[in-house]
Amino acid sequence: MMQLSCPWCGLRDETEFACGGTTHLERPPLAATDADWGHYLFFRDNPKGVHLERWRHAWGCGQWFNVARDTVTHDVLAVYRMGDPPPRLGA
Amino acid sequence: MRYSALALLRGALSGHRNWPPAWRSPEPKPQYDVVIVGGGGHGLASAYYLAKNHGITNVAVLERGWLGGGNTGRNTTVVRSNYLYPESARLYDFSLRLYEGLARELNFNVMLSQRGHLMLAHSRHDLESMSRWANTMAMHGIDAQLLTREQVGAMVPALDLSAGARYPVLGAFMQPRAGTARHDAVAWGYARGADHLGVDIIQNCAVTGFVTDANGHVTGVDTSRGRIRTARVGIAAAGHSSVLAKLAGFRLPVTSYALQAMVTEPLKPRLDTVVISPGTGAYVSQSDKGEMVIGASLDLFPSYAQRGSFGVLQGVVAATLAMFPSFSRLRLMRQWAGIVDVVHDSSPIIGPTPVPGLYINCGWGTGGFKAIPVGGWTLAHVLATGRNHELAEAFQLERFVTGRLIDEAAASGIAH
Ligand SMILES: Cc1cc2nc3c(=O)[nH]c(=O)nc-3n(C[C@H](O)[C@H](O)[C@H](O)COP(=O)(O)OP(=O)(O)OC[C@H]3O[C@@H](n4cnc5c(N)ncnc54)[C@H](O)[C@@H]3O)c2cc1C
Ligand SMILES: [Zn+2]
Repeated sequence: MMQLSCPWCGLRDETEFACGGTTHLERPPLAATDADWGHYLFFRDNPKGVHLERWRHAWGCGQWFNVARDTVTHDVLAVYRMGDPPPRLGA
Repeated sequence: MRYSALALLRGALSGHRNWPPAWRSPEPKPQYDVVIVGGGGHGLASAYYLAKNHGITNVAVLERGWLGGGNTGRNTTVVRSNYLYPESARLYDFSLRLYEGLARELNFNVMLSQRGHLMLAHSRHDLESMSRWANTMAMHGIDAQLLTREQVGAMVPALDLSAGARYPVLGAFMQPRAGTARHDAVAWGYARGADHLGVDIIQNCAVTGFVTDANGHVTGVDTSRGRIRTARVGIAAAGHSSVLAKLAGFRLPVTSYALQAMVTEPLKPRLDTVVISPGTGAYVSQSDKGEMVIGASLDLFPSYAQRGSFGVLQGVVAATLAMFPSFSRLRLMRQWAGIVDVVHDSSPIIGPTPVPGLYINCGWGTGGFKAIPVGGWTLAHVLATGRNHELAEAFQLERFVTGRLIDEAAASGIAH
């Protein structure tokens, strides 16, 4: 089973967490065009490889945090807090 | 050659050693009128209907692995048309009607078995929403029936209806014309049909890029077997749609998730219908070989790994045993996953993309096997004519900008 390391509780089974999808999305201004708004709401990179995503320790402490994870191997490459900038991952 | 009882007899006389291959394996030509990316059911059906309905036969289907090696060969084979909104009802019922004639159309036994599909109600609220659903379907002219608890018990004696059942069953919602079909046969049947009409089916050929002219119009594709010129491309790559879109320079409203399924060891006939419990996230049917085919809900995090996670597996097995306690001694023989292309409204996208000449068929998510005939029919139509088929008109990429979503989350089967 995949395990994730909650910044507050440590390493736990994937079943304790809920994935909240892509992180670092920036909400466009209210004056945005329909196209920009639609893209913000629905369109994603959906990468085959490293994905920066948010997770919540839903059946634990309840906190949100960010994860850099490979969507092919499921390797977790970095765990960092909400509000932190994206990590620099070794090439 | 045509398959028939006579052909079978003739084959038997020579010990079944002289059957010709069902399709050729040609070298790719330098140029095609249309190139289809993806040799799953949707890609193969698109090629078949391009040739059959539109007379366009200079067509190649490029498949990076083997035919049906994606979701088409990994799915639990449920076909049905019990969708809620009129646009979806017309789309999926058109597909089911094509399935009803498909074995004859393709001269290939797709083993369609219209054994019915029962959706269990575990609460008063389930019953109420199901009666709304069944009435809506009836208004669309599609067969739907509400069953009482007693009727469910008579149809599915293996189901636990005892007082102590973990999930009480109050009734069910049934589509009698729904059922299952053989997944490989659907892919192979369309492949053979398309090949006979002149389509080149090229396996082990991955598309690695798109070539465009100064106006941004598609002029070809780069592949692992070289460049192929073409002015029209149709993508039918399911979980890999975003990867191909990125190669072409745009994004899709798609997220790729693993969806898993499993089969038990075979046993004697025990279940002659499809039973789904949306509340618990499991559905079961029995294959013609006797295996119990069990489908799960999504592994709810983005993934391109074709394996399911243990947590979901455990949940679906527990839910199945709560419904069918007598299955508890069965061993699971195989468990696997496919990468499905999920969109926010659980409805497909069939039509043009931001790149002129490039069309896409995707977004079927957890439920596109049932839609292979109509997905192929409508993608072929837009590739051949440049205009959307009227059945596909509502299912365009632009709905994610206009907000005209068609939310079929409930009808897509399992909660996600
Ligand atoms: C476990 C599971 C259970 C399911 N159960 C059901 C069900 O009961 N009923 C139902 O209706 N639906 C079901 N589905 C969904 C259904 O399987 C899919 O919606 C449908 O098969 C999609 O068909 P397709 O032809 O679009 O995709 P696929 O069959 O996945 O074909 C896409 C093909 O594109 C190829 N490809 C990808 N990238 C490239 C490239 N760069 N170059 C060339 N080729 C490429 C892939 O190798 C693949 O063969 C299920 C899916 C899964 C995974
Ligand atoms: Zn925690």
